[in-house]
Amino acid sequence: MTPPLLDVEGDEHGNTSLMTSASTMESVFKNPGLTERNYLGLSDSSSVDSSAVSAISEMKTNNLNLKATELRLGLPGSQSPGRDPDADLASSPCLDEKPLFPLIPSSSSQKIIVSGNKRGFSDTIGEGSWMIGSSAIDSDASKSLANGKILSGNQAAMIKDVASKVNGSNASVKKVNASNPPAAKAQVIGWPPVRSFRKNILATNSKNNDEVDGKPGPAALFVKVSMDGAPYLRKVDLRSYTTYQQLSSALEKMFSCFTIGQCGSQNLSESKLRDLLHGSEYVLSYEDKDGDWMLVGDVPWDMFIGSCKRLKIMRGSDAIGLAPRAMEKSKNRT
Amino acid sequence: MTSSFPEEVLEHVLSFLTSQTDRNAVSLVCKTWYETDRWCRNRIFVGNCYAVNPRILIRRFPDVKSIELKGKPHFADFNLVPEGWGGYVYPWVVELARAYPSLEEIRLKRMVVTDESLEMVAKSFNNFKVLVLSSCEGFSTDGLAAIAANCRNLRVLDLRECEVEDLSGHWLSHFPDSFTSLESLNMACLVSEVSFSALERLVARSPNLKTLKLNRTVPLEKLSTLLKRAPQLVDFGTGAYSAEFRPDVYSSLAGVFSACKNLKSLSGFWDVTPAYLPVINNVCSQLTSLNLSYATTQSPDLTKIVSQCCNLQRLVVLDYIEDTGLNTVSLSCKDLRELVVFPSDPFIGDVDVQLTEHGLVAVSEGCSKLHSILYFCRQMSNSALIQISKNCPNLTCFRLCIIEPRAPDYQTLEPLDTGFGSIVQNCQHLTRLSMSGLLTDRVFEYIGTYAKNLDMLSIAFAGDSDLGLHYVLSGCDRLRKLEIRDCPFGDKALLANASKLERMRSLWMSSCLVSFGACKLLGRKMPGLNVEVIDERENVNSIPEYAPVEKVYIYRTVSGQRFDAPDFVRIMGKDKDAVYNLS
Repeated sequence: MTPPLLDVEGDEHGNTSLMTSASTMESVFKNPGLTERNYLGLSDSSSVDSSAVSAISEMKTNNLNLKATELRLGLPGSQSPGRDPDADLASSPCLDEKPLFPLIPSSSSQKIIVSGNKRGFSDTIGEGSWMIGSSAIDSDASKSLANGKILSGNQAAMIKDVASKVNGSNASVKKVNASNPPAAKAQVIGWPPVRSFRKNILATNSKNNDEVDGKPGPAALFVKVSMDGAPYLRKVDLRSYTTYQQLSSALEKMFSCFTIGQCGSQNLSESKLRDLLHGSEYVLSYEDKDGDWMLVGDVPWDMFIGSCKRLKIMRGSDAIGLAPRAMEKSKNRT
Repeated sequence: MTSSFPEEVLEHVLSFLTSQTDRNAVSLVCKTWYETDRWCRNRIFVGNCYAVNPRILIRRFPDVKSIELKGKPHFADFNLVPEGWGGYVYPWVVELARAYPSLEEIRLKRMVVTDESLEMVAKSFNNFKVLVLSSCEGFSTDGLAAIAANCRNLRVLDLRECEVEDLSGHWLSHFPDSFTSLESLNMACLVSEVSFSALERLVARSPNLKTLKLNRTVPLEKLSTLLKRAPQLVDFGTGAYSAEFRPDVYSSLAGVFSACKNLKSLSGFWDVTPAYLPVINNVCSQLTSLNLSYATTQSPDLTKIVSQCCNLQRLVVLDYIEDTGLNTVSLSCKDLRELVVFPSDPFIGDVDVQLTEHGLVAVSEGCSKLHSILYFCRQMSNSALIQISKNCPNLTCFRLCIIEPRAPDYQTLEPLDTGFGSIVQNCQHLTRLSMSGLLTDRVFEYIGTYAKNLDMLSIAFAGDSDLGLHYVLSGCDRLRKLEIRDCPFGDKALLANASKLERMRSLWMSSCLVSFGACKLLGRKMPGLNVEVIDERENVNSIPEYAPVEKVYIYRTVSGQRFDAPDFVRIMGKDKDAVYNLS
């Protein structure tokens, strides 16, 4: 949550009325060094521009997307940076090889996703977010993940850039897919002031009651996220994301302070930091309804949020054996 | 005159004063009264667990039977306080166990309670009777098992909206067969299934059981079995209220409900099958409290029920009740004191539900005793607010949440200043106010001028400048809790009213314009305040002093700074090693 610093100098408000009724204490605090800055671009006028809210949230999203491309928990053996997103976008064959990439704006790809082609979603792991160390994979999993490995760090980052650009212009396509929360529904953290268990309960309630008002219930779904080595856990609302990539970006942002902490106080260059993160090989796993720990990314997104009870970011070495079970389990289901 | 007044008489007189405020006032009269109060006060209330510490408490009050502690600030309910902030009860339990072995009651709100803490409670207090955990987290069902197994004289186990790590329902079976003193059990927030036979046996051997709130896993078909065992219940919460309609189940349920002659309060009703709602028809006229906020069913079903609740005092319901249902409430529930309407779809955007300001106005017109309102809606007007203020001059709590931030009067497109202004002007007994919608500095001028009894104020996405905050801090004499988010309030008003902050319990400001520098200054100049900057940004150490903090939580304390804070909480302006002991 980085409030943007829109350095718009606002009017200096009339000070006299502020000080007359204050106690003598405040004379201590008259500090000329504290100048007033109108960070939110709000002026003295009584009617506030409500579009400021959406403008700010847009800026926040943009900031987040930029940051997401700087710090990535990426593929092992990925190439060093030097990516030129626009150039790669034009010439890369990778996009064509990945028709199941959830953010490409074609309705056909959406359909494929919904039908649950597992191969495609294993590939999305390879976009550059979460990846098991290659030595840890046994043969079954490695086949499906092999495709993912084609993606280098470069291209993974590029696809992220595409994702952020495509996302921004894709509100209308998202509305087509009714099972995703409509992009038009803005979500501000902690607003409206309704407790999360109440949001969650209504979600499961409306699922059970079919559609009470003839529409699906896109209520929030908060789950806890813990990370090995981190002192405290976080909560995320799974319904505020529509793809694994969004979820992983958000989690990266949330937990990057812990991985950076491991770097110590030395000033690492950006590339060194990236290498460190690649080397750390974190894996995202989740506990499903049956209490089993599964690897995130094997099943279609909707199936995932339907069964995910909590998330855990574990070291790749701890995740040996997760992938095959997940594959088999979802095979048994479908 | 005081010297000729024997202490025993004074003590006897004071024993009739139960309110904490009164007791606190009494203890300030003179030294004798202070001493008498401290020796005989055995119910203690600590509104902020960091305002004081166990040692100070124990030194002052040697004989405590009941303690209530509150931890995190209110906005923690809406995920604005990051996990790990604090509010740990364990250090308290350790000291309480040592100092008060005959402690009987512990009530905690928004605190982190571990299994260890619960185990310690279970083992340390022989005569432990009451455990109420409200919006707490950090414990599992293992902790509950320890309580069940060891607290022989337990009367109340009340888990209100807690986040419990639910390992299994087995904890309930730890109540021994010899345990018969249960009066109140609220397990509604638990997720896993308890053994039904264990539950049934527990209910059967608890003749004093008055309150029973089940969790969702107890099926509707089993309710009559339980209720047959406890026809004396006063407050009952069902489990999941859905099943295929079967006439035998229906009539059995209707029969047991009718036999509950003392039943006054109902709740639960998850996943409700509307066909089963009428089983409660025969008890509706007895009810003083009804919570249908999990009943996701349409307005006609809800309306049919409330229309029969002629003695209802408290109604909690979803916006599915719609304006028409609230109109029925206004005609049928003439004794209504408290109305809560939650949103079924708590997201910004359009919905189909026909709940507007009209429903609230109708209830305010028909229910003259209405004093507490919590209302979520999507449109509001100044004229509606003015009407409500005139209909209900005795309002003590008015919380209005218009879902879209900064939504203006939908008819005139003006700010809602005059509407809320009217509320504070006409409702002189108002102690709690939450506002929403488009609001300028003017509404704060009204609040500062008129809301002289206001105790707690919640503000979001409102105001234009520091003047707004200044009006409130300088005008509201009784203000103790102020929580603000996303408002353009900054350093000026805060620093100008620094002394006021010591007369309040706490101030929360997030996504406002208070700078690091101001927080540091405030913390340094005011040793009686902890100024906690809560900021999770990665580069927080390189942010300049004039830049705004993410969140700041300021509270008065006699305990000095705390040392259990995580990295993202910085207590500003205090020497890190110094411990201020101002008591």
